[in-house]
Amino acid sequence: MHIADCIEGCFQLMGGDFTNAGRASGDLKSMLAKLGVSQDVIRRASIAAFEAEMNVIIHAVAGTMHYTVNNEEVKIILTDMGPGIESIERAMQEGYSTAPDWVREMGWGAGMGLPNIKRNSDNLKIDSVVGEGTTLEIILYIRKEKTC
Amino acid sequence: MLKVSDIAGRLGLDIRVGGDLHTEVKGCYISDLLSDVMANAGDGDLWITLQTHPNIVAVAVIKGLSGIIITNGRSPEPDTVRKAESENVTILTTVMTTFDTAGLLYNMIK
Ligand SMILES: Nc1ncnc2c1ncn2[C@@H]1O[C@H](COP(=O)(O)OP(=O)(O)OP(=O)(O)O)[C@@H](O)[C@H]1O
Ligand SMILES: [Mg+2]
Repeated sequence: MHIADCIEGCFQLMGGDFTNAGRASGDLKSMLAKLGVSQDVIRRASIAAFEAEMNVIIHAVAGTMHYTVNNEEVKIILTDMGPGIESIERAMQEGYSTAPDWVREMGWGAGMGLPNIKRNSDNLKIDSVVGEGTTLEIILYIRKEKTC
Repeated sequence: MLKVSDIAGRLGLDIRVGGDLHTEVKGCYISDLLSDVMANAGDGDLWITLQTHPNIVAVAVIKGLSGIIITNGRSPEPDTVRKAESENVTILTTVMTTFDTAGLLYNMIK
């Protein structure tokens, strides 16, 4: 696999817009497939991107997802305006969720999203300011592999 | 090889949206928690759930599931049907409970 240029994509996300959820991460998934990135990286990147996209839709007011792909890595950055995260350590614990009841009735709010993102990424950075917003930087390394 | 169409036929499931019915069913996962499916469902699994909203389609696409079975006589929301049609995701429904559906499916898959 060789990626000639740096490929990128950018998406607007709206809090509460459940209907369009998955559009940004679905686009990333098909882009990675088109580029011939390994199945393992495609699988992990799209799971991490989707959980992060959902978190903006569930917890924030608005945000963006921006991804770049080159020969070394897939980098996914999500920035939102929203309530921010009070304790990142607590938010990372499986089962911790502040999602309201109506979101839980949809089957979200199990407190599994951030742990899923962590498990599927090679590097995860979270910056958050309470009352302002949250930024996630998710990186996956593209291992040197034969063309697939 | 077990196909989605084989299972729909044998279990008498209603095909609400027929994506690729020739897809191989590799296994099954049961959950109504979407992040749990994101974490634990396998590639090619059929997913049994009570959820009917459009996000189930996105989960199926991202996870590469072979289809969704909605149990207990529930129906997918109109937006869910539209999304499944455009994403080519199979949605099956049944009046059976999740328990009965899973019991029959287990004997076909295992
Ligand atoms: N972008 C965000 N803005 C504000 N708070 C967030 C954001 N992302 C996560 N959080 C906080 O961290 C908690 C844990 O997030 P996580 O994704 O693990 O679970 P969840 O979204 O509540 O449920 P699930 O992901 O299982 O549907 C959330 O309940 C919320 O309090
Ligand atoms: Mg989440």
